[in-house]
Amino acid sequence: MEIGVQEFIAFWRQLDFAPLWISLKTGIVATAVSFFLGIFAACKIARAPAKLRVVLDALLTLPMVLPPTAAGFFLLLLFSRRRLIGAVLYERFGILAVQTWLGCVLAATVISFPLMYKNAKAAFEQIDKNIVYAARTLGIPEWKIFFKIIFPSAKPGILSGTVLTFARALGEYGATSMLAGNIAGRTGTVSQNIAVALQGGDYAEAGFWACVVLIFALLCIIGINIFGEMSHRFRNKQ
Amino acid sequence: MLEVRIKKNVGQFYLDCEFAVGNEVFALLGASGSGKSMTLKCIAGIETPDSGRIVLDGRILFDSEKKINVVPQKRRVGYLFEDYALFPHMTVRQNILSGMGKRPDGKAADEYISRFFLQGLEDAWPHQLSGGQKQRVAMARMLAASPDVLLLDEPFSALDSHLRWEIERQTRAVLEEWRKPTVFVSHSRDEVFRLCERAACICQGKTEETAAVRELFLHPATMTAAVLTGCENIAEAYVLDSSHIAAPAWGITLHVPCAGRTVAAVGIRAHYLKIAGNGENYFPVHTYRILEDAFEWNFSFQTKEDGGWIQWSVSKTDWSPAEGIPEGFRVSQSDILLF
Repeated sequence: MEIGVQEFIAFWRQLDFAPLWISLKTGIVATAVSFFLGIFAACKIARAPAKLRVVLDALLTLPMVLPPTAAGFFLLLLFSRRRLIGAVLYERFGILAVQTWLGCVLAATVISFPLMYKNAKAAFEQIDKNIVYAARTLGIPEWKIFFKIIFPSAKPGILSGTVLTFARALGEYGATSMLAGNIAGRTGTVSQNIAVALQGGDYAEAGFWACVVLIFALLCIIGINIFGEMSHRFRNKQ
Repeated sequence: MLEVRIKKNVGQFYLDCEFAVGNEVFALLGASGSGKSMTLKCIAGIETPDSGRIVLDGRILFDSEKKINVVPQKRRVGYLFEDYALFPHMTVRQNILSGMGKRPDGKAADEYISRFFLQGLEDAWPHQLSGGQKQRVAMARMLAASPDVLLLDEPFSALDSHLRWEIERQTRAVLEEWRKPTVFVSHSRDEVFRLCERAACICQGKTEETAAVRELFLHPATMTAAVLTGCENIAEAYVLDSSHIAAPAWGITLHVPCAGRTVAAVGIRAHYLKIAGNGENYFPVHTYRILEDAFEWNFSFQTKEDGGWIQWSVSKTDWSPAEGIPEGFRVSQSDILLF
């Protein structure tokens, strides 16, 4: 099959870009939420008692190893209007996650959160403890130690964690399809669109979106590598 | 004045420390893993003791009974870490300014930059510095925070040996000028001897003997002190009569005043053995091994079959194996240490 410029323009014109905007919006919001929650959890867990830490760490990492459809199933159980929590949320606060964009965000956040948390935790753990101790003996307040010493030292790890989280949130499929479904223009993300297009035999559209996803993924990996290089800059030994 | 009396249980390890430091350089001398660094961390407030009391110039930093535990930030304790713990993403100037309080004037660091010979390096990053320069930045940063006590944790062990002399000389000059309580932690007896006035020996978490450094090296009262101050030859011993002890491992009897005291061990420093034909307190050479050092000969020998090895160290300028193997050695009464 040959594709000329005319055909491509025609194809481009009839494309609905809504899936891209929905995915981007979902990815950005989910990453923002995971960013703060992940860093917060990584900080808190470092100070938890050893036994509790093992359990908490397992729970926080679970969504990463759980099949996304299983995670989606549990989310559905939690947020369904027919279940306790979902019912309370809907009737008291008007919050509905099932079959809504909020569901997209929720699913993407839950699935991508462990990447942020794990990367932030690893970044904090590799900081030389003596640097923090030295800062304390120098009279630097704890909040300033976090923002001026711990955070800058952990920045490369946190940045690459953020990019990974964004990439994961952007591509989320399994849990999203369970919780938010694939409602065109509302919850229809790029990943879901690829599956639907392929099922409908529309290889051109599925291929187009697959390429878009591919480019994003590539950019993310390049970004991570750049941050990786950054982390070598401050190492004590060159 | 710093007074420390703390106890802390860390797994199988039990820390039990007690000492007082005036306006002097005080050494904690102990083997690796004996609890020296843990003690410093307790003083700085990085670790919390289970019980006890830490008082600095009348200020209570920690008191388990009164439930006082001042945060490290308010203790005014200067801590020099073994790896210097410079902030890697801050320049030399920023490192020095970091402990000088809220929004310090950039010029405030100048005094320390010139005092520690760091001119020209103000804007360098820590990873660009040599070991000696890092140590100077760490010293400058510590003193710029105007502490009331200095804790130096193995400050020279990360340096190449040819740098150590110069850095040690500079550090000594700084400490002489500073004249406030300083706790110096080291496993190097030579550093302690050169830099410190008094010392406490610490063995498996417990402080044992506290004495003036010279006294500690000449007349160590405990076996720990003898080992830590470098007494190479130690053997079990028991009293025979008021002026003789027996050291079975060496197969000899030593004439040394020991009336009215118990003796569990005897110690002799390797440098204090003298070549001799025979006489009192004589160690005959039965079998020997020679080990060559850069500037010394290490001559170990047994006085009998299966006896304990005794070490004799001698400068290469004073003796060489070409002179022939000694028949035996003598030691003066005053050089025999009893524990």
